[in-house]
Amino acid sequence: MTVVQSFQIALHALRLNPLRSFLTILGIVIGVASIVTVFAIGAGAQVRLQEQIRSIGANVLMITPGAIHQGGVRLKEGTKLTMTEGDVQAILEQIPEVQAAAGSIAGTAQVIHESKNWNTTINGTTMAHFMVRDWQLSSGRFFSATEEAGAAKVVVLGSTVAQELFPPGEDPIGAQIRIMKVPLEVVGVLDRKGPAQDDVAFVPLTTAKLRFLGSASGINRDSIAYILAKVAADGQMAGARSEIEGLLRQRHRIPPGQEDDFKVQDPAAAMEAQQGAIRTVALLLVAIASVSLLVGGISIMNVMIVSVTERTRELGIRRALGGKMRDIQLQFLCEALVLCLVGGAIGIVGGITLSITVARMAGWITAIDVEAIGLAVAFSVATGLVFGFYPAHKASKLSPIEALRAE
Amino acid sequence: MTTVPPLLSLRSVYRTYRTDGLAVTAVRDVSFDIRRGEILAVMGPSGSGKSTLMNMIGLLDVPTEGSIWLEGVDIAELSENRRSELRARSIGFVFQSYNLLARHNAVENVALPLVYCGVGRKERTVLAEQSLEAVGMLHRARHYPRQLSGGEQQRIAIARALIASPLIVLADEPTGALDSRTGAEIVALLCSLNGAGQTVVMITHDPGVAAQCKRTIRLHDGQVVADEMPISALPRKVAAL
Repeated sequence: MTVVQSFQIALHALRLNPLRSFLTILGIVIGVASIVTVFAIGAGAQVRLQEQIRSIGANVLMITPGAIHQGGVRLKEGTKLTMTEGDVQAILEQIPEVQAAAGSIAGTAQVIHESKNWNTTINGTTMAHFMVRDWQLSSGRFFSATEEAGAAKVVVLGSTVAQELFPPGEDPIGAQIRIMKVPLEVVGVLDRKGPAQDDVAFVPLTTAKLRFLGSASGINRDSIAYILAKVAADGQMAGARSEIEGLLRQRHRIPPGQEDDFKVQDPAAAMEAQQGAIRTVALLLVAIASVSLLVGGISIMNVMIVSVTERTRELGIRRALGGKMRDIQLQFLCEALVLCLVGGAIGIVGGITLSITVARMAGWITAIDVEAIGLAVAFSVATGLVFGFYPAHKASKLSPIEALRAE
Repeated sequence: MTTVPPLLSLRSVYRTYRTDGLAVTAVRDVSFDIRRGEILAVMGPSGSGKSTLMNMIGLLDVPTEGSIWLEGVDIAELSENRRSELRARSIGFVFQSYNLLARHNAVENVALPLVYCGVGRKERTVLAEQSLEAVGMLHRARHYPRQLSGGEQQRIAIARALIASPLIVLADEPTGALDSRTGAEIVALLCSLNGAGQTVVMITHDPGVAAQCKRTIRLHDGQVVADEMPISALPRKVAAL
């Protein structure tokens, strides 16, 4: 008897009892669906993080204000803008590993174009910002040096803002928009970098200070909110970091033993650590889903053992009519395999549906990868073989004479 | 009598069962030949070893002592696998309780032995329909056993027994579950198959059935007590019992 024939017999037997077959595979369905879903959501989280890492740019250090003391009172980080444009200049000039550095101040405001308006982040910065973040234009140009020096009323829009303010097909370049009653000319629109990054409008640092964010930047007209510094190579990150720390301590006149009033961070490294954590959680969830698969396998074995007992006479007839022990074993093994494969298939479809639903509802990104589906199929087949083997073996060992006598 | 070697030879066959250290000999010192084209009845009261003998003739069991030769091959020498293969091709079983698979229709039931001979589905169906026609059951081909009467089910079982053109049709109490009229029809069918050259062995305790066979072997306590032709087929001879 061929394997194909065994599968035909198995399918026939399973079709006779659809409800029982369905209940039997439920555990497998749930297990496989969980694995596919967990993988899809986990992979989606990875994709999102990678996108964020990419959006910051490679080898970028971020310097933000630290906690400060004011008359013995320790204030929250970022309460006071402790860094200045002089710091940016010093970092760029005195630290050889730093290729580019840009200071920014930021706030949120309503941007208006004709009848449309949108609330977004206004980032006042310099040309260097786009270099540090490897950010390309989709149309138009960046600020010119003259515009930066002259606090010109120009703006570069993130793609989300451009999309919200301008109807499709209309070219924003050259259009006038208003931010806090100040009319600005759109000179450029940026490429997409990811949903979280594209909702922004960039103006020259000077413009921001002079025309809208100046009052928010506090005491020092020179002060800025954060600095991004691009380091030449991955291996120089740690060195550059400690040099920046030394330089800023010196410039801020912080005596030894006292806390820094700034923080140097490597956002990509932090995100990679987060990625590791996500991976651990995903593995844990897969382990839990595997338990469901195990339970599913046990339920298949249980039903198969009952089925062998129930069908003893059928087995006797098959043996008498020339079925070999191997044929009987194959028949039951195929039944277990078919159960698991059908369960696996339903589970995969269910898992994909579930992850798409979850993604829609929670607004997460999910990535359904072929690897996870392959793994689920492999798991199903393995479950079928492992848990089908004993009942199949038991069935094949029945004596045909005894089996024919059974009721 | 004839130079053709017998189809099946039993020589000093013993079959002993051991359960819980207790040995029961169900068949003892049985020797006889079955020739091609014969129809014979094996008779005896229950417990006389009929079923044990049938299991051995049907290659489901092997003797504890002595030997059984099917076409010159000692069945005890064969592996379990080889005997299964031989069963599919050489033995056509007909059971008292029909033993059709309830979840399969008549054609599928009839075709079952061919599954184990490695015959493809389409060819199986064609052959099964031919076999059903031979027993007059083609009109019931797509019926399930529960939709058929006992006599019809037994005819389908006979079609199944015939499908692989077996050396021996082995019928175990083929009329045991049927009323006398239907039983007579089944026996008539088996006799007509024999008329066409098919070797038939019937296990029965019904003298009426045995009377239809040209030869009767009587068993008692596991031993052959008579191997006789019926009165009609032979000059009058004193029966041993």
